Amino acid sequence: MDFDLTDEQRLLKDSVDRLIADQYQFEQRKKYIAEPDGWSQAVWQQYAEIGLLGLPFAEAHGGFGGGPVETMIVMEAFGRGLVLEPYFATVILGGGLLRRAGTPTQQQALLPQVAQGKLKLAFAHVERQSRYDLADVATTARQDGAVWVLDGAKSVVLHGDCADRLLVTARVSGDRRDRMGIGLFMVDPAAAGVSRRGYPTQDGLRAAEVALSDVRVPQDDTLDDSGGALPAIEHVVDEAIAALCAEAVGAMQEMHETTLEYLKTRQQFGRPIGQFQVLQHRSVDMLVALEQARSMAMFAAVTAAEQNATERRRAIAAAKVQIGRSGRHIGQEAIQLHGGIGMTMEYKVGHHFKRMTMIDKLFGDADAHLETLARLGGLFGKAQAA
Amino acid sequence: MDLAFTPEEIAFREEARRFFHSEIPQAIRDKVAEGEGLTRDDMITSQRILNARGWATPNWPVQWGGQDWSPVQVYMYQDEMQQANVPPPIGFNVTMVGPVIAQFGNEQQKQYFLPKTANADIFWCQGFSEPGSGSDLASLRTRAEHKGDKYVINGQKIWTTLAQYADWIFCLVRTDLAAKKQEGISFILVDMKTPGITVRPIVTIDGGREVNEVFFDNVEVPDENLIGQENKGWDYAKFLLGNERTGIARVGASKAKVARIKELASMERVGDRPLIDDPRFREKLAAVEVELKALEMTQLRVVADERQREKGKQNPASSILKLKGSVIQQQLTELLMDVVGPYVLPYQRDFDGRNEPVIGPDYATEAAPMYFNYRKVSIYGGSNEIQRNIVAKAILGL
Ligand SMILES: Cc1cc2nc3c(=O)[nH]c(=O)nc-3n(C[C@H](O)[C@H](O)[C@H](O)COP(=O)(O)OP(=O)(O)OC[C@H]3O[C@@H](n4cnc5c(N)ncnc54)[C@H](O)[C@@H]3O)c2cc1C
Repeated sequence: MDFDLTDEQRLLKDSVDRLIADQYQFEQRKKYIAEPDGWSQAVWQQYAEIGLLGLPFAEAHGGFGGGPVETMIVMEAFGRGLVLEPYFATVILGGGLLRRAGTPTQQQALLPQVAQGKLKLAFAHVERQSRYDLADVATTARQDGAVWVLDGAKSVVLHGDCADRLLVTARVSGDRRDRMGIGLFMVDPAAAGVSRRGYPTQDGLRAAEVALSDVRVPQDDTLDDSGGALPAIEHVVDEAIAALCAEAVGAMQEMHETTLEYLKTRQQFGRPIGQFQVLQHRSVDMLVALEQARSMAMFAAVTAAEQNATERRRAIAAAKVQIGRSGRHIGQEAIQLHGGIGMTMEYKVGHHFKRMTMIDKLFGDADAHLETLARLGGLFGKAQAA
Repeated sequence: MDLAFTPEEIAFREEARRFFHSEIPQAIRDKVAEGEGLTRDDMITSQRILNARGWATPNWPVQWGGQDWSPVQVYMYQDEMQQANVPPPIGFNVTMVGPVIAQFGNEQQKQYFLPKTANADIFWCQGFSEPGSGSDLASLRTRAEHKGDKYVINGQKIWTTLAQYADWIFCLVRTDLAAKKQEGISFILVDMKTPGITVRPIVTIDGGREVNEVFFDNVEVPDENLIGQENKGWDYAKFLLGNERTGIARVGASKAKVARIKELASMERVGDRPLIDDPRFREKLAAVEVELKALEMTQLRVVADERQREKGKQNPASSILKLKGSVIQQQLTELLMDVVGPYVLPYQRDFDGRNEPVIGPDYATEAAPMYFNYRKVSIYGGSNEIQRNIVAKAILGL
């Protein structure tokens, strides 16, 4: 057993940490939000230059062959800086879908472009009724000769407004909530029948509503039309959840550190408020929640590549529960211990709190994952058959 | 022990309910239900309707437009008002400065200010907190120098709620630098139009604009605007803070939220059933309802106890009501986010006025902002830590 990073991982961590320290001070982030895309093209290019955009891809695809631990390192730093760029949407979700469900030709053609920062992707999956059920897909795909024709509407497509290609789930057969019958298609947002409406999300990132009406997808852009795309999608989503867990840990750590700093400097009643024992204990409870979360983010990272879907699901669900709970606790306490200043846009803690709150709502909140975990029998021991 | 209300009390409750539902415009009550911000006009309109009936200021002395209600009636009035999503009368006017003027103001001040305050002809804001003086309010530094028949005020207030709407501000200012910190403070009324006052907005994390910084740069205020005696302001401030008693728990408002959550959770579907049939969700909601019922009973006990209490004296039970009431209000905003699911993400506040269709269900828009915004209820009005300090002091006596 070894919790240490390898030399290469350490190098990666140093360079990402440095990039975030240099480029993602709170004031810099404000400027990026005000840019036309709501994030920084310049910083995006820097991610490409230091190899982050191809990190999880095979070397043959212009990548670095990184695994979930490498992703964890990057996402944790991104969580501290509250990164705005479409890394999660493009590299983790989009890149993941291409890796796990794309054809070799598609991978060959597209992944190197992603790695170079020339192609942005988004995963268009959630629908009005689907909530957190990945199998709930009402958007339809019907065959017309060699092309598939898509109809439906997708919601809260993360960074869907700036994506060059949308990876769209649509039903090729079966009923709305069947596990079988889900296909995966790549759609050019400029294609006839596609309309998008972009908007900011609560945490300052971006998303879009996407409407699809008689959208024709050529054969080359079909990733999986067998109707059996769900397992690959689930695996990508599990990897994505592991990445979000790491991002959340970065955000939590930042909130904790900022709070400690504030307790040491804010004076009331003639002393630093950190001298009030009740606040000392509260800061310790925040640390306990943070360390529990960090441990589970690591557990998620080391399990994310697991092929046994049930084992993987259990671990990822458990991690998402812990992250959701720790994140809520730390976020609420960070604001509370700051008093009024924590409630303002001008202060960074509130932004971490908001991002943390949204991470809980992505791909299933803590309650939804708790239910999944309970359904899968928990983590330890076995229930006796009656 | 008997929990039943008298027929007269029940009749009063029904009368209040009817009045709130029939007289306060639905559009305003809908905004309250949805957690949307009220405009200045909404608040004033609503308060004037209440005032026309003598119901804006029931807690004031009868002579100045108050009602000689029993504590039970006061409770029913608040409960029905909150459940009907009627905006409460402007707190700064009705629970804060009004009673202070009625109790400590001179005859001229009462004549001039009280009717206007009751009718919201004057919109008040509260200038207590300062950047360096939040929980430790008595350390405040905004200075008022008595020069001739004027006070000259210099300094800064912060977190001033709705200063952008306010016509007047009531302030705590330091009038004696040498005295012990509580003993050098005065309570003064300032017209917001006086030269030298600058209001700067502070945007809160939900994107809303409700708080401000207020700067005073050589602001000259006639000394007839001083309340009571110079350097006695701390006593008046304590009186003011002790006035807010049972309403603070906001039980009625929380009941309205529970009802709303149930209504929405019956419409929102998870898979093939309404969310309200999801055992995890409804147990979570029921658990909060248990806490809320307990709080309501506690509040009623405090109400019953008030009958025997001296007016203007703080009841430590009000700290308990605030502690529990604030946490319940916050939990309910979390449940509302649970209802909304992935649609909490779109930030739709700055789409105001652009007339674009709402993304997702129309009740989704305010879910996250309300959750963010409600973190304030455990911070303002004496943070929950300070409330615990007060109770601890009372029960331990150390
Ligand atoms: C939305 C909003 C609206 C407001 N509206 C108004 C208004 O209209 N007018 C006005 O005058 N003020 C207003 N306030 C200010 C409010 O009353 C203060 O925020 C509050 O008193 C806390 O002060 P502070 O923010 O300076 O925090 P601090 O006092 O700096 O507190 C920081 C943290 O330390 C804790 N703490 C402080 N002292 C102790 C102690 N002795 N023991 C244990 N813990 C302690 C606090 O509980 C808090 O968690 C408003 C605040 C908010 C957030």
